[in-house]
Amino acid sequence: MTDTELIRGLAPQVLGILVRRGTHFAAAEDAVQEALLEAHLSWPDRPPDDPLGWLITVARRKLIDAQRAEAARRRREEATFDEPAPGPTETADDTLLLLFMCCHPALSPASAIALTLRAVGGLTTREIAEAFLVPEATMAQRISRAKKTIAGEPLTAPGDVAVVLRVLYLIFNEGYGGRVDLAAEAIRLTRQLALECSEPEVAGLLALMVLHHARRAARTDADGALVPLDLQDRSRWDRAAIGEGVRILQGALAQERRGEYQIMAAIAALHDDAASAEDTDWAQILEWYDELVALTDNPAAALSRAVAVGEVDGPLAGLRALDGLDERLPEHHRLDAVRAHLHERAGNVAAAAECFTRAASGARSAAERDHLLLRAARARNG
Amino acid sequence: MPKYLILKHYRGGPEQNYAPMNEWTAEEVRTHIAFQHHVADMLRERGEFVDAQALSPAGSYVQYGGPDAAPKVDGPFPEAKELIAGWYVIDVDSVERAHEVAAYVSSAPGKGGEPVYEWLEVRPFMDEAGEKLLDLPE
Repeated sequence: MTDTELIRGLAPQVLGILVRRGTHFAAAEDAVQEALLEAHLSWPDRPPDDPLGWLITVARRKLIDAQRAEAARRRREEATFDEPAPGPTETADDTLLLLFMCCHPALSPASAIALTLRAVGGLTTREIAEAFLVPEATMAQRISRAKKTIAGEPLTAPGDVAVVLRVLYLIFNEGYGGRVDLAAEAIRLTRQLALECSEPEVAGLLALMVLHHARRAARTDADGALVPLDLQDRSRWDRAAIGEGVRILQGALAQERRGEYQIMAAIAALHDDAASAEDTDWAQILEWYDELVALTDNPAAALSRAVAVGEVDGPLAGLRALDGLDERLPEHHRLDAVRAHLHERAGNVAAAAECFTRAASGARSAAERDHLLLRAARARNG
Repeated sequence: MPKYLILKHYRGGPEQNYAPMNEWTAEEVRTHIAFQHHVADMLRERGEFVDAQALSPAGSYVQYGGPDAAPKVDGPFPEAKELIAGWYVIDVDSVERAHEVAAYVSSAPGKGGEPVYEWLEVRPFMDEAGEKLLDLPE
């Protein structure tokens, strides 16, 4: 394990211990961040015998420094410091409670993501800023505001785990940016959460991430262009990760409380399981999509379901399955892309080219736009 | 969190609706510039600031001159109908918030201290990460 991995893994434990001993969350979080920065500087030369103890000691010193500075700022001659009240130091569910705090419903998704990555993920403000391509000062301010927003919220009652899962899912979707691999970071955090929380949707999300991440190497070609699922080189998929994802998913499904992440993971597993695109068990995938649409009434799920309908019942049936989605989908380019794909399969070349072109003009990322422009050109010229 | 470019056109947009800056007093210009700094500070304080720049109007058009030829340069055009005067880049929660920021920028004090009602162009950035769960519902 590298120093960085060690430091990131210990961060929530140190924070949890400080908070449990009575230190205010915002102050404790600042102190831990400073201790982490110091660890990054000094551990490579002087590795500590007891890394956790080292971090706790340094964080507490930072806390006292901050209290002293605060006291000086208030122009008190002599400051007295309250020792944090003794409390339990060994607790199993610190990560869970910290995640609930950082993913508080009062926070915007962007604030919750930033705070989660720092307080629970143990990332530095600079790393988070680089990952989201904003100035470090901007990210520092965002985190500081987020902490003010949740100041005074007690760190006791667990909230709705769905809110936490949503934030972890959004972090995973950020993928690569800057030096930090946010997809891997999201998997690490979800893994930590799964150790403390037996809710099947937690395992479902972890399985979904692992199963999807397993295809990463095949998802882009040497030039960085997107490779769609049916054209990916499946020998580049990570078989060990797929095996792990399937095991996690089976454990979740065995609890017989289905949720959207478990269903999406089941669909991902069926794709991962197919030796070739032609071998994909679309009938079973369609059944899972039927269940997902019935469960969530999510138009994005209905859109993906139409692709499966196209595979099982033919492209014309797939096109009919898109009826009524125009009004319900805010992101029209994805609907255009699916429509184009189905028209192409039905042999309607002109309609396919037109829809791919329209989809490209609405694409949200350059890689996606380039991919759609290529498909449009191919549909036009064969 | 999406990024947006808020583009300040000089004399641009659907209509030219305020007195050009060369008709303002020094105090009016100063107040206007102070407001631009205030906007940047507000964005910094809220953790939404990415960049703010002003551009000199003294630009040129440049084109490939062909093989073994020098670049073709045209301009500068001091009387150009439309110039880009500068921009803000913001990182915000929603397009609604981006519009709110742009509207605020447009409320900058101009001649007589009245809001300029300048038109601002708001353009979303393409996502950096191309790796979305493309084959899965989002």
